[in-house]
Amino acid sequence: MAKPSSKAFSVLKNGIMKENPVLKMVLGMCPSLAVTTMARNGIGMGIAATFVLTGSNIVISFIRKIVPDKVRIPVFITVIAGFTTIVQMLLNAYLPDVYKELGIYIPLIVVNCIILARAEMFASKNGVGLSILDALGMGGGFTIALLIIGSVREILGAGTWMGLTLTKDIIDPAAIMILPPGGFLVFGFIIAVINKISVLKVRNKEISSGCGMNCEGCAGQSGENGGDAQ
Amino acid sequence: MREIVLIALGAILVNNFVLSRFLGICPFLGVSKKSSTAIGMGGAVIFVMTLASAVTWTVYRFFLEPNNLDYLQTIVFILVIAALVQFVEIVLKRFVPALFKALGIYLPLITTNCAVLGAALLNIERNYNLLHSVVFGLSAGIGFTLALILFSGIREKLEFCDIPDVFQGLPITFIAAALVSVAFTGFKGLFGI
Repeated sequence: MAKPSSKAFSVLKNGIMKENPVLKMVLGMCPSLAVTTMARNGIGMGIAATFVLTGSNIVISFIRKIVPDKVRIPVFITVIAGFTTIVQMLLNAYLPDVYKELGIYIPLIVVNCIILARAEMFASKNGVGLSILDALGMGGGFTIALLIIGSVREILGAGTWMGLTLTKDIIDPAAIMILPPGGFLVFGFIIAVINKISVLKVRNKEISSGCGMNCEGCAGQSGENGGDAQ
Repeated sequence: MREIVLIALGAILVNNFVLSRFLGICPFLGVSKKSSTAIGMGGAVIFVMTLASAVTWTVYRFFLEPNNLDYLQTIVFILVIAALVQFVEIVLKRFVPALFKALGIYLPLITTNCAVLGAALLNIERNYNLLHSVVFGLSAGIGFTLALILFSGIREKLEFCDIPDVFQGLPITFIAAALVSVAFTGFKGLFGI
């Protein structure tokens, strides 16, 4: 009993931590930057995408043995588009405010690369149970990433957070953070912080195991040396 | 005529698809390492976006809307774009092999480029007529290409810069993109758009 549940847990955790779709894999950038002017919008987008991801993972996992290999991508996209339409109609009916805020980025969930990537890499190879967990993990990771980006941008750019007034009255908010350039800037810095954390982790591991498998770091170092030589 | 010019300038400069709407970020980051690939991708996007705007507009106004099927918009549009990309690929391969060779590997990537679907959806949302839709698709593609080529020039220079370790790779790319985007916010308010 202990073994399958631990595998399920690791699948769930994988999407949130190790393979976080936005912060580690850098997938689905369009919505991550476009809707994160406010933390609340980030959560709304995250939940909508999680719903689509869960639905499409379930269906694709069910039909994975029937669908011929050659037409699988069009089939996947059709399934995803179906669920996107469902989300669009649900939001329009029950949460019209959120629907208005997110605008065309709701139908654009259909071309969010995270969802097709999980369909192709996970749901088409695994059973329904694990696919649901994978979708929840990845969706959760996506939502958390959007929440982080949205929170940073909202606090710096508007001085508020989720409707609470934080620093608005003390310092003038830097409005550029909620404008498009702020999206790129905040995301660049967040990735840099994550790089820093993982470099520290690798360094701790290196002491015990030689190469810490941080190939990116190695490539960066050699590039730097090359630059110096010139 | 004035309206057409405004639509074009709006899509190219003021509301640039990549830098102010965040549409098409994946190819923007993926193929902007070299100017030559940026030009190839840009050409393919301009081509497909113009065609897709015309075709999706026609399908929506003459098929979906009269039959009260507008809730199928997303599904139909993505399938139309996917089919269109395939079709363009086949036609180019057969009749204009030189262009096919130049655009070849970029064409399949365009299906999942949210800028194309975004342009198609915005055309409908804003009630453009066919001519306006085509102009909007064309200029959105030009705006995408402009951003891509400008940015690829910056990235080629970045290769020789001494960047702090943790900022190497993606972080500095995003920060450079932020600066290009700042430059484009300078167009806000131009011609009253």
